[in-house]
Amino acid sequence: MKTTGKVTGIVSNLVTVQVDGPVAENELCYIDFGGTRLMAEVIKVNKDRASVQVFESTRGLKNGDTVEFEGKMLEATLGPGLLSSVYDGLQNDLTTMKETFLQRGEYTDPLNHEKLWDFVPIAKAGDKVIAADWLGEVKEGWLPHKIMVPFSFKGEYTVKKVAEAGQYNIDTVIAVLTGEDGEDVDVTMTQKWPVKVAIKGYQEKPRPFKIMETGVRVIDTFNPIAEGGTGFIPGPFGCGKTVLQHAIAKQGEADLIVMAACGERANEVVEIFTEFPELIDPHTGRHLMERTTIICNTSNMPVAAREASVYTAMTICEYYRAMGLRCLLLADSTSRWAQALREMSNRMEELPGADAFPVDLSAIISNFYARAGVVVLNNGKTGAVTFIGTVSPAGGNLKEPVTESTKKAARCFYALEQNRADQKRYPAVNPIDSYSKYLEYPEIREFLDRTVEPGWVDKVNALKVLVRRGKEANDQINILGDDGVPMSYHEAFWKSELIDFALLQQDGFDPIDCLCPMERQKYMADLITDICGRDYIFDDYEECREWFKELINLLRQMNYNTFKGEAFLNYQHEISKHLESNGK
Amino acid sequence: MANKAYQKVYTQLDAITKATVSLKATGVTNDELATVGGRLAQVVKTKGDIITLQVFAGTEGIPTNAEVAFMGNPPVIRVSEQLSGRFFNAYGQPIDGGPEVDGEVRQIGGPSVNPYKRRQPSELIPTGIAGIDLNNTLVSGQKIPFFADPDQPYNQVMADVALRADVDKIILGGMGLSNDDYLFFRHAFEDAGALEKIVSFVNTTEEPPVERLLIPDMALTAAEYFAADRNEKVLVLLTDMTLYADALSIVSNRMDQIPSKDSMPGSLYSDLAKIYEKAVQFPEGGSITIIAVTTLNDGDITHAIPDNTGYITEGQLFLRADTDTGKVIVDPFRSLSRLKQLVQGKKTREDHSQVMNAGVRLYADAQNAKTKMENGFDLSDYDLRCLDYAKEYAVRLLSIDVNIKIDEMLDTAWELFAKYFSKAETGIKQAFIDKYWPAE
Repeated sequence: MKTTGKVTGIVSNLVTVQVDGPVAENELCYIDFGGTRLMAEVIKVNKDRASVQVFESTRGLKNGDTVEFEGKMLEATLGPGLLSSVYDGLQNDLTTMKETFLQRGEYTDPLNHEKLWDFVPIAKAGDKVIAADWLGEVKEGWLPHKIMVPFSFKGEYTVKKVAEAGQYNIDTVIAVLTGEDGEDVDVTMTQKWPVKVAIKGYQEKPRPFKIMETGVRVIDTFNPIAEGGTGFIPGPFGCGKTVLQHAIAKQGEADLIVMAACGERANEVVEIFTEFPELIDPHTGRHLMERTTIICNTSNMPVAAREASVYTAMTICEYYRAMGLRCLLLADSTSRWAQALREMSNRMEELPGADAFPVDLSAIISNFYARAGVVVLNNGKTGAVTFIGTVSPAGGNLKEPVTESTKKAARCFYALEQNRADQKRYPAVNPIDSYSKYLEYPEIREFLDRTVEPGWVDKVNALKVLVRRGKEANDQINILGDDGVPMSYHEAFWKSELIDFALLQQDGFDPIDCLCPMERQKYMADLITDICGRDYIFDDYEECREWFKELINLLRQMNYNTFKGEAFLNYQHEISKHLESNGK
Repeated sequence: MANKAYQKVYTQLDAITKATVSLKATGVTNDELATVGGRLAQVVKTKGDIITLQVFAGTEGIPTNAEVAFMGNPPVIRVSEQLSGRFFNAYGQPIDGGPEVDGEVRQIGGPSVNPYKRRQPSELIPTGIAGIDLNNTLVSGQKIPFFADPDQPYNQVMADVALRADVDKIILGGMGLSNDDYLFFRHAFEDAGALEKIVSFVNTTEEPPVERLLIPDMALTAAEYFAADRNEKVLVLLTDMTLYADALSIVSNRMDQIPSKDSMPGSLYSDLAKIYEKAVQFPEGGSITIIAVTTLNDGDITHAIPDNTGYITEGQLFLRADTDTGKVIVDPFRSLSRLKQLVQGKKTREDHSQVMNAGVRLYADAQNAKTKMENGFDLSDYDLRCLDYAKEYAVRLLSIDVNIKIDEMLDTAWELFAKYFSKAETGIKQAFIDKYWPAE
C-alpha cells in the first residue's frame, strides 16, 4: 500500500502534506493537480507533516489536493542511449517533448525503448559475478558501453545464461543470474539508481596519478588538473567562466563529457547543442556531440530540479566510470545549486548560516566533490570522473560561503579576475592566486617527468616566480615612477608581460590558438624560458618597452599560426634575430 | 473586475501588514487573484486554512472586516493585435482613454520555453552607437541591461536604441517611471511616428510600488504572443529593474522571510531570471530581445541587484560620464555583450573582433598612463600618445551621441590606430594589418 496524503500548506514551491503512513527523507511523491501529476521530493518530516519541494510551478494547487508517495528516491535511468542526449534536471528527454513551452507534469522517457543495440556477451554461464561486473557490451556510437550487473545487487551471483550476440532493445533480458539463495533474477540493459547515493562497485579509489589535458595553457602548463581530479572556477560575472568551461569541454582529454547547466542561461545550452554537433573532438576526430550529454536546468526552470540536475549528471558519470571510461563532469554553476538550497531552507524557516545559506552547505558540497575520482574496477581496469565546477560569488567577493566551502573540497583553484577581464587578458585566470594541489603529488610529478620532460614542474615554477617578480616590479614602478627604479625592474616587469601575453593569454575564438596541445605548450614554455633566462642591455626604459613589445608581438603571431608551419618558423626566425639585436 | 455570483465572500481578516493580509478561507488555489476591500490581491501562502494575500495597492485603510472575494484564477491579460499602440497600467487596464482590448485570455508568468526548442541568436541589432555596435554588439534574442547611475540619460539612450532597431514590436514595461519619463517615452514614440508598433505597460511613481511586480510579466506575456504566435521580432524595454527588485524585497520582508545580501530576498536570482530568460529566438523567426535598465548606487555593481542581474543577463552596458571629454560614454571595460561573437566577423566585417580588442586594450593603456600622470610621474612618449588616442576614441567612438554604420566605426578605429600607434603596438593579426591599415 502506498502512503498517501493531503496538501495542507503552500509557499511558492514548498508544499506541506499531511500523510497517512510512513514516508522517507528524499522520497518522491506526486501531487494530483486535476489529473496532472506533479513530481515532488520530501525534504523534511515532522510527525504526520511532510514538507516536499515541488519540481514544477505550484500555481493553482490548493489545500486538500491529494498526494501519492512512491516509496523510492529520485532515480536516474541508466543504459545505452544516454550519450548525446539532452535532459532536464530530472532526466526527462527534452528532445522528445512536443510543445515549444515546457508543460507542467510532462515527463518523458530518458531512453529509447525501441532502438536495437548490437549486443556482444562478455560473461559466460557459470561465471561468478557481483554488482557492477560486466556481462556484455553494446556499441553506443563509438563507445564500448558495458552492460553490468545492476549496482543494487548485493552478494555474489552465478551467471545462469547470457544472451547470444545479436540485436536487442534495452528491455530485453540479456542475462539470468542465480543468487546465493538459489533465486533467478533477470538482467536487462537498463537499471535505475538513486541519484543522491554514490555508485560504488569498485575495488579502490587511488590518488589521481595522471594529468587531464585541456588544451588551455594557463591550466595545463601552470596549474594542471588530474584525471579523476576536482577543480573549480570562481569569478565575477563577465570574466569568462562559461567560455573557459566550454573550451575545456571542447578539448578536454576524456571519453565522454557530461555538462550540467545548472541555473544558468538557456542560450548557453543552445550554444552547446548548436555548435557541438559541428565541432570536431581533437582527440578522436569525431563530432563533439557524440561524446557529450547535456543536463540542463536553466535559471528559469523550476528551482528544486536544479539541485537534482547536478546529482543526475554525477550519477551518469559514475555509471560510465564503472565501464572503465574517463568522464569529465562540468557544472555551471554550483552557486545556483547552493542558492536553490538556500531558497528551500528559507521557506522551511530553518535557522540560517552565513549569508542565509543552510548551515550544512559545506558538508553538502564536499560530499558531492568526493564522488569524483579515479577508481580501480573489480576487473583491474581503471575509470575516472574529473569534476570542474564554476562558482559565481556574489559581488565577485571570494569571501562568501559557496566559494569558501568549495575551496575546502576542490583540489584545483582557477581564480578569474575582474581586472584581467577588464584588460581583455583572457582567459582571465589569475596566475599567482590560482593553484593546483596536484603539482605536489609525487605520482603527478613523476607522470610529468615521464610524459613531458624530467624537471618540468621546476621549469614551470621558475616561470611562476618570474610572473610574481614582474608583478612586484610593476608595483614598485607604479609607486616610484619609471625613472625611480633600476632598469632591472623594467626588465623583470616586461619578462612577466611576455609570459602573460605569449603563454597565459589565449584567444578562445581563434581556430588555431584556442587549442594548444601539450607538445606545443612545452615548445612555447621552452622558448620563453630561454628568452627570460637571458640578460639584456637597455639605455632607457622606453627602449626596453619597445624591444619587448616587438618580441611579444612576434610570439603572439606564432600562437596564431599552425604549429611548426612555415609562418610559425618564420616568426621564430625573426625572434632569433630580434634576440641577437640585444644582449651579450 | 466584478465578483462572480457564486463566489464566497469573506469578511474577517486575521492579520494585516503594509503589503499583505491573512484570513481563514477554504478552496483557495495558489497564485489565485482576489479583491480585498475592492483592491486587487494575490495568494502568496497557504498554511492550513490561513491564506495570506499580497495586496498590490497596499493595505492603507483596509479594515479587519474588509470584503475578500476570490476570483479563481491567477492574473491574466487579453492578447490580440489590438494591443498595438496602447498604454496600460500594471493590471492591463487601458490608461490612454481607449476601449478595453478584446482577445484571447492568457495567464501571465507562464511556463518557460523548452531550451531544446530555442535557436541560437544570430541576428545583429544595429543601434548606430559605436560603444554598443563596435564593442558590445547586440543580437536578437539577447537580454542585456544598462547599468547606470540615476543621473545618466539611460531612458533617452534606450528610446534611441529602440527606435533605431529594426523590430516589429516594441513593448515598454515601465516600473516606477516618473510621470515626466512616462511622457518622455510617449512623446518620443509619437514623434518617431512609431506608435502603432508600441505597447506600453506603465506603473508610475504615483502608483503603489507593489503593483510593479505585475509589469514585467504583463509585458512579456504580450511579447510572447507577438513572438511565438505571430513570429514577430519583439524588443522589450524594462525600466527600472532596481525598483522592481525593491518591490520584491518589500513583499518578502512583510512575509517574514529571512533576507540575504543587501536585504534582498534569497530568491532574487530566480525571480529576476524568470523575467530575463523570456528573451528567446524561436526557430520560426520570432524573437524576444530584452533591454533593461538597472540603476546603480554610485556605480556599485557589487550590490545584490546589479550583481544577480549580471549573472543572468547576456552582458551589460555601463554608462558613465567621461570627465576628460565631458561626454556620456559606454564604458568599454565594464560593458560586455556576451553574444557579440555570434555576429562579429560573421554578420560584420572580418576584422571586427580584433579591432575591438585592440581599441579597448590601448584605451586601457591610456588609463594606466593617466594613473601615472595623476601620481606625478613623467610620461613616456607612448603614454602621451595613448592619452591623446583615448580622448579621440572617447569622442568619436565611445560617446552615446555617435550614430554611424558599423563599417564606419571600424574605419574610424583603424584611422585612430594609424594616427597614434605603430602596427606592432596594436598587436593585431598581420593579415588584417596588411589589408586594413590606412595608407600613409
